[in-house]
Amino acid sequence: MEGNTAWVLVSAALVLFMTPGLALFYGGMDRSRNVLNMLLMNFWCLLIIPVLWVAFGYSLAQAPFENSLIGGFDNAFLKDMTITGEDGGFGLLVVAFLGMFAVITPALISGAVADRMKFSAWAIFAPVWMLLVFVPVFKWVYGGWLYERGSLDFAGGTAIHVNAGIAALACVYVLGKRKGWPKEGQPPHNMPMVMLGTGILWLGWFGFNAGSALAANGTAIQAFMNTFLAAAAAGLAWAVVERIRDGHFTNLGAASGIVAGLVAITPGAGFVAGMSPIWIGLIAGVICCYAVGLKSKIGYDDALDVVGVHFVGGLVGSLLIGFFSDPDFFGTDVMAGIFYGGGAKLLVEQAIANGATIVYSFAVTFALMLILKATIGVRVDEEVEVGGLDQALHAETAYNN
Amino acid sequence: MTIGLVTAVVKPHVLGDVKQALKDMGVTGITVTEVKGFGRQGGHTETYRGAEYAIDFVPKVKIEVVVPLDQSTVVVDTIAGAARTGKIGDGKIWVTTVDRVVRVRTGEQGAEAV
Repeated sequence: MEGNTAWVLVSAALVLFMTPGLALFYGGMDRSRNVLNMLLMNFWCLLIIPVLWVAFGYSLAQAPFENSLIGGFDNAFLKDMTITGEDGGFGLLVVAFLGMFAVITPALISGAVADRMKFSAWAIFAPVWMLLVFVPVFKWVYGGWLYERGSLDFAGGTAIHVNAGIAALACVYVLGKRKGWPKEGQPPHNMPMVMLGTGILWLGWFGFNAGSALAANGTAIQAFMNTFLAAAAAGLAWAVVERIRDGHFTNLGAASGIVAGLVAITPGAGFVAGMSPIWIGLIAGVICCYAVGLKSKIGYDDALDVVGVHFVGGLVGSLLIGFFSDPDFFGTDVMAGIFYGGGAKLLVEQAIANGATIVYSFAVTFALMLILKATIGVRVDEEVEVGGLDQALHAETAYNN
Repeated sequence: MTIGLVTAVVKPHVLGDVKQALKDMGVTGITVTEVKGFGRQGGHTETYRGAEYAIDFVPKVKIEVVVPLDQSTVVVDTIAGAARTGKIGDGKIWVTTVDRVVRVRTGEQGAEAV
């Protein structure tokens, strides 16, 4: 038991570190005049979500476990929570570990709304979205009706990446395009920052995926291995596609591929084994590399490709469990994938789980953004957008030289 | 004595060589500014996630040297020699005359102030 406790404690800290990592990943890709706004959108989640999580979030997302749509207030404000819980293992530790996921999920959306969203609107959007969208979907996937049907999501492909990714799409439809987009693009202002953020994300993701075994056991080892291999394979795939299609190996291609691979292996991290993570990574790397081009064809201004990487990567990874799930390897009784004699039943359940998440998340996020738009407004003035959000919204400058 | 201002816009990586060459010939001070611009070299394109971005302004350094006008030819030749790579985008050097020069510390004027 002590070993499990130690591993999940470390994992929780690793997952926390992902949000600053994500901030750097997005911040480096953003324009220099808006980088601090981007960092603070992410750090804002680290300020407000933990407080809300222990107040209502955890209880609504988990307790009582039998509820299939939404939890209740049994553990609100940590009521009746003990340090080790009834089973002598996890009590507060699960609250803390899952709280880290509650922090990073709304933070993922920030990349889509970059360069033009009012910070005051984000300050309200992120926590309200966490309670209205993240919490119910999390409940459905982990203990609720989607879980009962048999769909699989090891560490949050559906509950986190598809959920946040489709919400990002809803946000940019309400928010509108940035001035000048797509004619006048702005390349990343600091690529080394993007690469550092990528490294931090990869490190943190070992806690995200292998920690989601909630034990220091064999499943955690395989999830660790999958996290290692899928990220490498997807980074390789994206980089090679760019080399063939555009003529160069690029840092941003490598970084984007790594993140796409991490996203794609998240739902299957504890259900697939052997060479499967490499296949999942390669497939996700190629698909996401092309998916990020959709925004200019269809015309939604997803500034830093949250849809192309998180939504598409999460969806691809989640559906691929329907092919690669190998319960015999893990000695569990979950459904097997098509390649392991399970037939198409699991794939159908994966499609239902993601379909339900997509519909619910898009609809509620769209409504939330419309309400914010009608009340306090969601978009900065054109003057602020042109002059830079850092000075206008935060009275700070990133680079003084 | 007439004072001249030599202004050179050159590739950033030659700055060290230009500075050393000017020092070796006895120039006592230069001013360096990081600038961006385009000339015949034009800009270039960069590709991020498959999207091409035109980078119209290329980073350069601008070097300014104030010297007696009769030394300006040597200064120009020295800078040109040190900055030349032979490839497009090596830059430009031009000379203008300066109406008045003052050394702030002492109040000296003209050639004494240079």
